Amino acid sequence: MMQLPWKLESQRNYFSQALIESGRKDPRIVVVGADTTESIKTLPFGKEFPDRLFNVGIAEPNMMAIASGLAAAGQIPFACTYSVFGSGHVYNVIRQAVAYPKLNVKIFCSHAGITTGLDGATHQMNEDIALMRGLPNMVVLVPADGPQTAKCVEAAVEWSGPVYCRFSRANFPTLTQPSDPFEIGRATTLRDGADITLIGCGIMVSRCLLAAEELKKAGVSARVINMSTIKPLDAAIVVRAARETGAVVTAEEHSIVHGLGSAVAAVTAEHYPVPVKMVGVNDVFGESGEAEELLEKYGLTAASVAKAADLALKLK
Amino acid sequence: MSDISEETLRAVEGQALRIRRHILRMTHNAQSGHPGGSLSATDLIASLYFHELRIDPARPDWPDRDRFILSKGHACPAQYAALAERGFFPVDELLTFRKLNSRLQGHPELGTTPGVEACAGAEGQGLSVGIGMALAARLQKRNFRVYVIVGDGENDVGETWEAAMAAPNLKLDNLVCLVDRNGIQQEGRTDQIMPLEPLADKWRAFGWHVLEIDGHNVREILQALSAARAVKGKPACLIARTVKGKGVSFMENVVKYHGAATSDEELKRALAELEGSR
Repeated sequence: MMQLPWKLESQRNYFSQALIESGRKDPRIVVVGADTTESIKTLPFGKEFPDRLFNVGIAEPNMMAIASGLAAAGQIPFACTYSVFGSGHVYNVIRQAVAYPKLNVKIFCSHAGITTGLDGATHQMNEDIALMRGLPNMVVLVPADGPQTAKCVEAAVEWSGPVYCRFSRANFPTLTQPSDPFEIGRATTLRDGADITLIGCGIMVSRCLLAAEELKKAGVSARVINMSTIKPLDAAIVVRAARETGAVVTAEEHSIVHGLGSAVAAVTAEHYPVPVKMVGVNDVFGESGEAEELLEKYGLTAASVAKAADLALKLK
Repeated sequence: MSDISEETLRAVEGQALRIRRHILRMTHNAQSGHPGGSLSATDLIASLYFHELRIDPARPDWPDRDRFILSKGHACPAQYAALAERGFFPVDELLTFRKLNSRLQGHPELGTTPGVEACAGAEGQGLSVGIGMALAARLQKRNFRVYVIVGDGENDVGETWEAAMAAPNLKLDNLVCLVDRNGIQQEGRTDQIMPLEPLADKWRAFGWHVLEIDGHNVREILQALSAARAVKGKPACLIARTVKGKGVSFMENVVKYHGAATSDEELKRALAELEGSR
């Protein structure tokens, strides 16, 4: 196990607490769950607000369309389960009952990505960003750590319209402070650099920071950006990075198909073409294993990011 | 069971006739759409919009309004016609159905058409959406009621039964599901494609208060809606036996008219028949 310079914390705990705090402030907030309320930690919300948590059993289409009806009648429903069920299984319900009518449904899903671990490929959702960013009206958030997950809850409540937010079952390194600003559509630069830009989301932000340290030893100055909103993408920060550093690496715990990398590359291709290398799950399904083992095996490491940076630099 | 006055009956039946004429003209004008399932649902829709629903065309966003969801969204010509006749938008607008830049989309769109409460078209979602609205009424301590028409073929859909299981568990006595049991879906007869019987027993077994009615007898429909209002502690399901293409002899029970418009000649014949039925 790699030693990390950060504290590891549960995104779900931050999510759970933020949901309760938001619920105290805004009585419109309700939660719809699908037999995963304990593990995704919406149950504490239900303990505090017994009338405002609806567990509909293993019936995710029903969960999502009920959320649609609640939103249409003025509530702010959070539809919450594992990401494989909360995005893929109910894609067409989200499409017709949430995204198309632009309803105020907040889809918050844990167990995203390969770090879901031992449960294997059936539960490792590496295609949810791809699915959700293709939907008109949808906002797609990928918090890098626990504090950002709490920020996503607050920002989603403030946002008028559908939001999809994915986070992990695994504990993530805590990189941000609760006092750090967070805004939907606004990325943050965590480290400045002049030679190349590493753009990460989720757990890969921490790997980008580690890679930047490695690259520094080789004399390369790498900028690191935390892209916590995939849609609407902060195109301005991407274009500025492309112009100022001339090369980009993207890193995501998600398929390289239609994820963060695709979103960033679309911006650079159109506005300021520079070499872009993508680190992500390489269009394959995962397998059972510990989160760290899987990140290593599927190339989601600081070393992979640093290697991609070397390749991108050669193309400059 | 409340008495329905003759005057009320005649008024609703008259509106049903107007809706049928609109359906035929709209689908003919668009040369597309779904006349068969619109005609089968017409008497249910007329009964809702012209008697049962507490709505106000001047205030389509009134928080206390009753909600109606046409889960079988393909029957929207009937809903659009009812909304126009009820005063939600000009009747003249009906002939823009399915045309570019129209507010009357091929399937219902929330936010675009005044009075439409949900997007529908991909089958099987409407009853779940209705549950969400019925829950919102409870949370907000409002006494509005929620009505959902589901198509016969929607009884094939898994989500319909997810909703059917959830609503009684949630004790939603402000929710009414109306099944437009016309016996035909896109590719043929429901009893051949995916037999549904005993359908009333199924809904009853899931915990609903079930009433079986003739879905073209306005008196029966209005009485059943009234009876549903008296049910406490559980939702009501009206299984309405209907005829696909009802009102036009050559369209009745013909699978083709699920999704085919009439020719010029057929439209003339159909309108003449409806005229004769007055």
